[in-house]
Amino acid sequence: MIDRILEYLSENQDVYLNAVLTHIGISVAVVTIGILIAVPLGVLCAKFLKLSQPVQGLFNILRLIPSLAILIVMMPVIGTGLAPAIFALTLLAFPAILINTSIGFTGISPSVIEAARGMGMSPRRILFTVEFPLAFPMIITGIRTAAVEVIASAALAAYIGAGGLGELIIIGLQVPSTAILLVGGVSVAILSIAADVILAITQKRLTRHLWLN
Amino acid sequence: MISVSKTALEFKNIRKRFSHTEADAVSDVSITVNEGDFITILGTSGSGKTTLLKMVNRIYESTSGDIYFYGENIKKLKVEDYRRKIGYVIQQIGLFPHMTVADNIATVPKILRWSKERINARVEELLELVGLPGESYRKRYPSQLSGGQQQRIGLARAMAADPQVMLMDEPFGAIDAITRQNLQDELIRIQKKLNKTILFVTHDIHEAFKLGNKVIIMDQGKVQQYDTPFNILFHPANEFVAQLVASENIINRLKILKAETAVQPLTRTPDDTDIYIGKDEFLDSVLSKFFESGMKTIIVTDADSKPVGEIAWDQFNQLLRSKDSGSPTGSQNRISEKVGIHAAIHS
Repeated sequence: MIDRILEYLSENQDVYLNAVLTHIGISVAVVTIGILIAVPLGVLCAKFLKLSQPVQGLFNILRLIPSLAILIVMMPVIGTGLAPAIFALTLLAFPAILINTSIGFTGISPSVIEAARGMGMSPRRILFTVEFPLAFPMIITGIRTAAVEVIASAALAAYIGAGGLGELIIIGLQVPSTAILLVGGVSVAILSIAADVILAITQKRLTRHLWLN
Repeated sequence: MISVSKTALEFKNIRKRFSHTEADAVSDVSITVNEGDFITILGTSGSGKTTLLKMVNRIYESTSGDIYFYGENIKKLKVEDYRRKIGYVIQQIGLFPHMTVADNIATVPKILRWSKERINARVEELLELVGLPGESYRKRYPSQLSGGQQQRIGLARAMAADPQVMLMDEPFGAIDAITRQNLQDELIRIQKKLNKTILFVTHDIHEAFKLGNKVIIMDQGKVQQYDTPFNILFHPANEFVAQLVASENIINRLKILKAETAVQPLTRTPDDTDIYIGKDEFLDSVLSKFFESGMKTIIVTDADSKPVGEIAWDQFNQLLRSKDSGSPTGSQNRISEKVGIHAAIHS
């Protein structure tokens, strides 16, 4: 089996590399968009608690809908290819980032904020030098969850022609070839684990004060 | 020589009603705080003491009335700039857990864009002042400090940009008794050294009388009495204050009154055989000096160890025995008048 996997890889180097890069590209794009939208929304939810329930409820419902279903439902609306894939996967990335950001902010001790205000720090300064650093461990936990989910689900994007490692899985099923199937599946798994480890290291480095005692 | 002290803070008819509440949290407070005063605000929870304090740095905005900071209406000042001129210390301390001790203290200097050298020098100076040498504490995180040490850093952080006025909201309330005493003593020392104007909220009567050169007693949102510890003990303004201090027996009174409150003019020139005591020492120390030495008078000295007066045993004795008219001049206090009136009505 290993011989056949290696044989496939050496004969289809370009296809494989292309698939990996596309997969990473889609995932990075999705998580980045997710962070840019869900983090500010999470902050808003934490600041205006009335907003929190409807917004979080909405995204939780969206998360319950299978990604494949979203991909297929969206096909008539925004067609096939990269854009709808990124759109559907972004919906998947939202809830974890949004909820964790919100929890990270509401979990900050009010006395820390009061002390900051009392010293004459502006709301903007408090947000960037106090609140974000303190909420960071929770935010990055959300990003880790989202990244792993997105990388795994990005395999489905191949069904609407977005490319990526999902294509190898589809080919493996069609041929059928266990070797190709394994190359696709294991690669997705390795990417997921790698993303989680990299983010975990980042998290630990940036939150040194939590690991002192 | 009479020195005219500047007015640091002036409250004019300050009132605060929180939304969805039936009564004023603070109602119609008008008081003046002079520069260099150490004012303690004493009251139970719900008395309005913390609300009053937090209106000074506009954590709460007053519903009506005005507060003047060195003559300027604080509502007309840019709130952040104004707050940087006021030190703020709270019971929960509120250090930034993700910053080192040095970075915590440097918060306001950084906002004010001081140079790195100036900030570093200031951090060292403050750590020295609060008794935590920079060498071993500068790079620690708050979680690596005890509660007492954290509050010392809280104090250092509040003083970083050398504010003239300090607001302290039960700063030692969550700290064990022994550490609290040390912190109280150090705060007295720091206040003497730097001549800060301090407003200090507490629910502990001993803390209030020990620290404050004047005490504000609050109940139900109103100032019941604003006076020196001596006058509050011996001339309570009303029934509420009278009951509050009634529980203070002689021993407790000795612990919260300073030697200067009992001092009389010198009747002779002191010499080497005399016993001396600082004017800021408490009367329990005076009492033990009387017993230890067997002297009839103790000489009271000022901060420079210069004799400024004396306490004679007979007067001292009389002062403590007289509960109703304990002032050195022997004047009648208002509570006995009130009791008299009550007696008249009920008879």
